[in-house]
Amino acid sequence: MKNNANNQPFLICGNEAIGEAAVQAGCRAYFGYPITPQNELTAYMARRMGEEGRVFIQSESELAAISMVFGAAAVGERAMTSSSSPGISLKQEGISYLAGCRLPAVIVNMSRGGPGLGNIGPAQADYFQSTRGGGHGDYRTPVLAGASVQELADLTFLAFDLADRYRTPVLILGDGILGQMMEPVVIARPDPARTPEKDWTLTGARGRPPRCVKSLYLGPGELEAHNRKLQETYREISDREVRSEAYMTDDADLVLVAFGITARICREVVSRLREEGLPVGLFRPITLWPFPEKSIRDLSRKVKKLLSVEMNFGQMVDDVRLAAEGNCPVEFFGHGGGEILTGEAITEAVRDRIPR
Amino acid sequence: MTGNPEKSAYSRPESLRDVPTHFCAGCGHGTVHRIIAEVIDDLGIRERTVGVAPVGCAVVAYDYFNFDVTEAAHGRPPAVATGIKRVRPDLVVFTYQGDGDLAAIGTAEIIHAANRGENITVIFVNNGIYGMTGGQMAPTTLVGQPTATCPGGRDFQLAGPPIKVCEMLAPLDGTDYIARGALDSPAHTRTLKGYIRQAFLNKLEGRRFSLVEALTACPTYWRMTPPASLARIREEIIPQFPLGVIKE
Repeated sequence: MKNNANNQPFLICGNEAIGEAAVQAGCRAYFGYPITPQNELTAYMARRMGEEGRVFIQSESELAAISMVFGAAAVGERAMTSSSSPGISLKQEGISYLAGCRLPAVIVNMSRGGPGLGNIGPAQADYFQSTRGGGHGDYRTPVLAGASVQELADLTFLAFDLADRYRTPVLILGDGILGQMMEPVVIARPDPARTPEKDWTLTGARGRPPRCVKSLYLGPGELEAHNRKLQETYREISDREVRSEAYMTDDADLVLVAFGITARICREVVSRLREEGLPVGLFRPITLWPFPEKSIRDLSRKVKKLLSVEMNFGQMVDDVRLAAEGNCPVEFFGHGGGEILTGEAITEAVRDRIPR
Repeated sequence: MTGNPEKSAYSRPESLRDVPTHFCAGCGHGTVHRIIAEVIDDLGIRERTVGVAPVGCAVVAYDYFNFDVTEAAHGRPPAVATGIKRVRPDLVVFTYQGDGDLAAIGTAEIIHAANRGENITVIFVNNGIYGMTGGQMAPTTLVGQPTATCPGGRDFQLAGPPIKVCEMLAPLDGTDYIARGALDSPAHTRTLKGYIRQAFLNKLEGRRFSLVEALTACPTYWRMTPPASLARIREEIIPQFPLGVIKE
């Protein structure tokens, strides 16, 4: 499976769709370590990177995998790693270093139930970890959450472009269901985004002064200045790169807020309840960071209630509340532990909460 | 010496910046830095070398080396070097690591980089103690040697014996060159330079994983004068960490 001949859709699972999109996005190196439920991605990359004559290494650990990504990124090549929740915890060391050293990279989290070893079922319990930087230090990473196999592929192209444009690690956040379900997709590289020339890469000091990639700043005020530069980048990303989707929110009294596979289910719920004449809608953040605060604030001024629906025990709801600024009640519905929310359960929750 | 102008027999290598180092008196890092710089100059590879600096006393190696250098998380230089070398095989890639970085927190990374036969050079500076953090027990601290975290001396029963990295890695089929030298005397220093030169030369000849260990002194945390530290290397450490080319 390489290209869509004549853009005909083909059937592929989410993990493989990310892999193929990464190959087409020019990912030169992939480093991974086995963990369920993302193993299809590692296996796909083992085959495809080999076919393309690019770099694939099954690393000895997640710590090593993310450090290999760091090395490939430091010389200016597009690099990626993937894992699932417990493995992503291990990668946080490297993600913090990537952020501190301003290196572009793409990290995929097909998240599963936690904490600890948890289970291998789908979960959205890594929302906090994903959107608050995840590792040590004052940094954020863009977080892209798709709701379909097609969207995972599309967001993979975007992830590489954002990483290069802003010199930052970018996280693609899915879950065990999105990774493993198969859907027809068209994977075709969009017009190559214009990315700034990489004038910082370690390619050998030929005809130029030596370069250094580092996050260590020991001199008085140096680290603060470095942090201010990082914060400036995060502000730029927040201003320019917010992405979201609204569905039937214009005349809604109650708007569900959900991301990823949960949003997919909520959309069905909203469609069905609309047929019954209930004024409900769905707002879906696609970038979890930067969070679509402004859109939610606008919604909070015209709806009677917001309901955050998540496959966890309440994480994104904090951001929805902050964005709503008390303009309307914000409630939460969800459950965790690696089991998917059913349409029936969400429907019931919505019926219980619909403002009369 | 009329008619015989003074000649500089010993000048600064181009690969070393003209800046003072932060190293303590009697520390081996400055000498190892210089040896690496001389070898890189000799081989004419300064413009295609990328170094990977450790966490520890040599953390700011990039302030001293006059070629491209990257930072790495503690213990991860072999993985970072792997990422660099695999995507840019034309570069000469080496890691510079201390005993805590390489033989404690980075044990998995060094073993697997060695076992994969990565085409990188590893310079392993072993002074048997954590210097940067204040003199704690290292994986290579000798049994009986007192440190901040084993004030009564390293206890074999509690902490095991010092790890012998060269002997641990040499049996792996991915390794092509393993040698151990010391900085206790001019003669040993010259021998060590030969090992380091060979370890870099191997890369140019496409050979696989090469590692050179350098036994060096940490007078500050050994609580000794620099001359007494050199005597300790000779009398106490070399008998337990035999010098020579262990594998080639």
